[in-house]
Amino acid sequence: MLTVKALTRLTIGPVDLSVTDGECVAITGPSGAGKSVLLRAIVDLDPNEGQVSIGKISRENTPAPEWRSHVAMLPAESGWWDDNVGAHFKNPNKITPKLTEVGLSDAAMGWEVARLSSGEKHRLALLRCLENDPEVLLLDEPTAALDHDTTLQVEALLRKELERGTSIVIVTHDTAQATRLADRRLHLEGGKLGEVAP
Amino acid sequence: MNSYLTLTYFDVLLATGFLMLNGALSLWLNLQLERKLLIAALRMVVQLLLVGMLLKSLFSILSPWLTLLVAVAMVLFAGREIWARQDRRLRGFWGYGLGAGAMGFAGAGVTVIALTTMVGPDPWWTPRYALPMLGMILGNTMTGVSLAQDTLHGAAARERVAIEARILLGANRMEAMLPVVRRALRAGFIPVINGMAATGIVSLPGMMTGQILSGVDPNEAVKYQLLIMFLISGATGLGVLLATFGSIWRLSDSRHRLRLDRLTKPKG
Repeated sequence: MLTVKALTRLTIGPVDLSVTDGECVAITGPSGAGKSVLLRAIVDLDPNEGQVSIGKISRENTPAPEWRSHVAMLPAESGWWDDNVGAHFKNPNKITPKLTEVGLSDAAMGWEVARLSSGEKHRLALLRCLENDPEVLLLDEPTAALDHDTTLQVEALLRKELERGTSIVIVTHDTAQATRLADRRLHLEGGKLGEVAP
Repeated sequence: MNSYLTLTYFDVLLATGFLMLNGALSLWLNLQLERKLLIAALRMVVQLLLVGMLLKSLFSILSPWLTLLVAVAMVLFAGREIWARQDRRLRGFWGYGLGAGAMGFAGAGVTVIALTTMVGPDPWWTPRYALPMLGMILGNTMTGVSLAQDTLHGAAARERVAIEARILLGANRMEAMLPVVRRALRAGFIPVINGMAATGIVSLPGMMTGQILSGVDPNEAVKYQLLIMFLISGATGLGVLLATFGSIWRLSDSRHRLRLDRLTKPKG
C-alpha cells in the first residue's frame, strides 16, 4: 500500500494520497497541472517535502536507489543509454516471453535502439520497469504512443500486475482508459488533488 | 659549453617581416585578417615584454612572498579561463571554485613536489625554476579541466532522460552518470595523451627547442622535457579527475537525483 502525506514540490501540494495493494488510481488534469511533477516527487527524482511510504517501508529511512526499486516510474519519455535493446535489461532472457504479451516480436532484445518506434520504446520501457518486481507502479501516459489494440494489450499486462497486488498510479488524458482500468479517479488542478465522482 | 647566440631587437624586427607579408596578402586579397593579426601580434609583444621585465626583477629580488603572489595570480587567471571556456557552468561559487581549485591543487601540488624532490634548486621556490614550471603545468591542466567540465556539464544536460531512466531503475548516481563521466574524462585526458604520443616525431617541444637553441646538450634537454611531460600529464590527470568527480557530486545529491538546476543555462 502506497501512502503519501503532505507531499509538496514547486506549485504542487500538499498532496495526500493512498493506494491499496492491487488498486489502480488514475490521475487526470489539464496539461501543465503538474501530474508528472507529482509522480517524480513520489519516486524522489526531484527535491520535495512530505512523507511517502509503502507498507512499512518509509522513504526517508530507505536509501534512494533501494526506494526506487520498490516504486517504479515510467516517464512519458523513455531513456536509453546503450545501442542495443538487450543491454537495458538486467535479465533479457526473463523478459523475452513477456514481449509477445504487449505485441512485440520475441527478437526485440536483439534490436537496435535507434530503429525503435516511439510505441516500441514505450512498451520496452514498461517491461524494463517491471524487472525489479516493484510494489508500486507510477505510469505517465503509458499508452499515449500506441494504437487501440496495443493499448488494450498493455492494459491486460497491467491488470496482471494488479492481480499480483501491485499498486498502480496512472496519469492519463484518456478518460476511457481511466474508466477501463482504474478503481478510482483523481483530478489534479491548481496543485490540489481531488476525487472525481465515478 | 656556451654557444648561446644573443638576438638583437633588430633580429626580432626582421622576423616580423613574414607576418607583415601575411598582413599585406590579407589586404590585397581582402581577407580582413590584417586587423586581427596586428592586434594579436601587438598584444603578444606587450605581454611578453612585460613578463620579461617582471621575471627579470623577480629573479633578482628572490623573494618567496613575491614568487607566491605571482603563482597565485597565475592560478586565478587560469581558473577564470576554465570558467570562461564552459558552455554550461555550475551555479554560484562552484562555477569558478571547483575548476580553479582542482587545477590549482593538482598543478601547484605537482610543481612543489617536483621542485623539492626532482629538480632541487636552492631554495626550492627559486622563481627562475618555479614559475616557468608552474606555468607549463598549469596551462595544460587548465586545458584538460576545462574540456572535461565542459563535456560533462553539456552531456549531463543533453542526456538527462537517459541518466534519469537509470536512476529510476535503481542505479546510484555514479552508475547512472558513468557513460557521461567516461566521455568527460576522455575529453580531459586526450590532449596529454596525444601530446605525449606526438612529441619528438611530429613536434619538438618548445621548451626542449629553447634549451637546445641556448646551447644545452640535447640529451640533457630531453631529460628535462621528459620530466616536464610526465609532470604535465600527472597534474592534468589529477586535475581532470578531481574536477570531474567534484562536478558529479554537485550535479547530483545524497538522494541520487540529477540536479541540473545547479547548472547555468547554455550561452547564446
